[in-house]
Amino acid sequence: MANVTLRNVRKTYPGGFEAIKGVDVDVGDGQFCVLVGPSGCGKSTLLRMVAGLETVTGGEIDIGGRVVNQVEPADRDIAMVFQNYALYPHMSVYNNMAYGLRNRGMAEAEIKTRVEEAARILELAPMLERKPRQLSGGQRQRVAMGRAIVRQPKVFLFDEPLSNLDAKLRIAMRVEIRKLQRRLNTTSIYVTHDQLEAMTLADILVVMNGGQVEQIGNPLAIYEKPATTFVASFIGAPPMNLMSTQPDEIKSQLGSNGRATEAGILGIRPEDFVITDQTPTGGVALPLAVEAIERVGAETFVYGSRQQDEERVAANPGELPPGDVIVRVPGTEAPAIGQKIRVAAVREKLHLFSGDGRTRIEV
Amino acid sequence: MQKQAIFQSKLLPYALVAPQLAIVLIFFYWPAAQAVIQSFLLQDAFGLSTSFVWFENYLDLFKEPAYFEAIVRTFFFSFAIAVSSLSFALLLAVMADRPLRGSTLYRTLLIWPYAVAPPVVGVLWIFMLHPSLGVLSRYLRAGGVDWNPLLDGNQAALLIILAAAWKQISYNFLFFLAGLQSIPKSVIEAAAIDGARPMRRFWTVIFPLLSPTIFFLLVVNIVYAFFDTFGIIDTMTRGGPGTSTVTLVYKVYTDGLLGGNLGSSAAQSVILMVIVIVLTGIQFRFVERKVTY
Repeated sequence: MANVTLRNVRKTYPGGFEAIKGVDVDVGDGQFCVLVGPSGCGKSTLLRMVAGLETVTGGEIDIGGRVVNQVEPADRDIAMVFQNYALYPHMSVYNNMAYGLRNRGMAEAEIKTRVEEAARILELAPMLERKPRQLSGGQRQRVAMGRAIVRQPKVFLFDEPLSNLDAKLRIAMRVEIRKLQRRLNTTSIYVTHDQLEAMTLADILVVMNGGQVEQIGNPLAIYEKPATTFVASFIGAPPMNLMSTQPDEIKSQLGSNGRATEAGILGIRPEDFVITDQTPTGGVALPLAVEAIERVGAETFVYGSRQQDEERVAANPGELPPGDVIVRVPGTEAPAIGQKIRVAAVREKLHLFSGDGRTRIEV
Repeated sequence: MQKQAIFQSKLLPYALVAPQLAIVLIFFYWPAAQAVIQSFLLQDAFGLSTSFVWFENYLDLFKEPAYFEAIVRTFFFSFAIAVSSLSFALLLAVMADRPLRGSTLYRTLLIWPYAVAPPVVGVLWIFMLHPSLGVLSRYLRAGGVDWNPLLDGNQAALLIILAAAWKQISYNFLFFLAGLQSIPKSVIEAAAIDGARPMRRFWTVIFPLLSPTIFFLLVVNIVYAFFDTFGIIDTMTRGGPGTSTVTLVYKVYTDGLLGGNLGSSAAQSVILMVIVIVLTGIQFRFVERKVTY
């Protein structure tokens, strides 16, 4: 039971490279916080700093009301699940889970109770005597989880724990992790580059880019009101369509929308477009030339080009980028490739950003 | 891609392997066969007559107390050299296996002794520890140690073990360093988070994961101590004082080349050959069956 607070946390490597440029995050007791961002954004480094595996060069890390900057990993009362599981290859599953308890001098009888309880929760009971190499990826993953939960730590740290699993198992384990965390009610910090994992797991989502926090908040709130164009394009799949407000066709349509004239970038999510010939009041309508269609069953993605140049579309469709605009339509009904369509989005679904993409403009 | 090469001429492939085969046959199989034949023969003192004596050379050998002493001594040397060299190399490797300023230089220097030929190793150590010439001997005597390996058999043995172990540290260090670096960092970090202090981490996680390397090196070091120490012994003590540093290999040399007893020397060689075969067998059996986790 603890909250984790990061206050202006910084990490500068000896060579001068600034990996973390001042991060403030507050994770409440029992909350599930997900750090998400592209590779190299510093999310793993930040997690390792919380674990005590990386030194903190600025700011404070506070776990349960105690600043732990100088505290050894062993004394922070945290448990970590690594991307490659980091199981002790020479120890049985039982000993892997018991190791941390033995190091703390717990009685064997108590260790046995705890390991067996964890094994029961994680359905590992039949394989307690096996070595990690005799387990499948998903089972190893569960042993790594077991090693964390037997310790009953204040905080769980997860470093991309599902990225080595296949897609199906990943979804199953994602649900398992969430259920387990709810049940144990242990404060957790979870690092991932997968925005879907981030959206589904998080109580608090921290979107990071280039060593800085882009936005913190409830996942749906972030989805609905991304603070920057980076967040807008990172959260949500396929990503939000971002376009300049400069072309006359867009500028004239936005004209009636309050502060919209200050905006430099207009964002519309693929799922917010409707194929229609009407222009909603205050909304935006665009003519598109359909370039590609992706049918995935429940929905279809239409890749269209706003290019008015008909020859370009017709001559070499293979060479073009997938199109300037992605439109999601439900079901499998879709226009044909090469067809000219008109798509529109209502005013409430428009996202406006300053020209540099760093600020959101509310209209 | 075709992996098998196809030769137009039937002779060419044989011609290509012939040089290598010739070397093996002339320098390995022929002398080995000679030794086996010789070990069944007895020559008179003037080399005028040679008679076939079956296993008499071997039987004589096992009746000779000096041979037993040499066996015991050789095993003791091997054990002492292997253990001291392995443990010191492991200590150095553990210390080198972390980000250090100038670690490349440090590692390079540690590897150098391996490139030194055994007789040169012997000479180097003599320069340091010869009773009258040795640089360090003076300090030892000043410190109250009655240091004279030319007269004291135990000191001579110690000197041989020191020099032989020193030379082998480089080789062991390389393997240990590679072994340490192949242990995933996250496993050690997991142990740290699991509350294991550095010493406990070493003995419960790192050491067990190094055990395949340790076993491999143990066999290599024993073979080294058996055979490659000849140059060191020959330059440092010539087996003396008395016979206190005569190992099995050195005895082959003294009995055969210096003593002229070719039959006995050959029999000893054959016994050594058997030992090599056994050690190689152990190595194949345990090391080749890769211990993977």
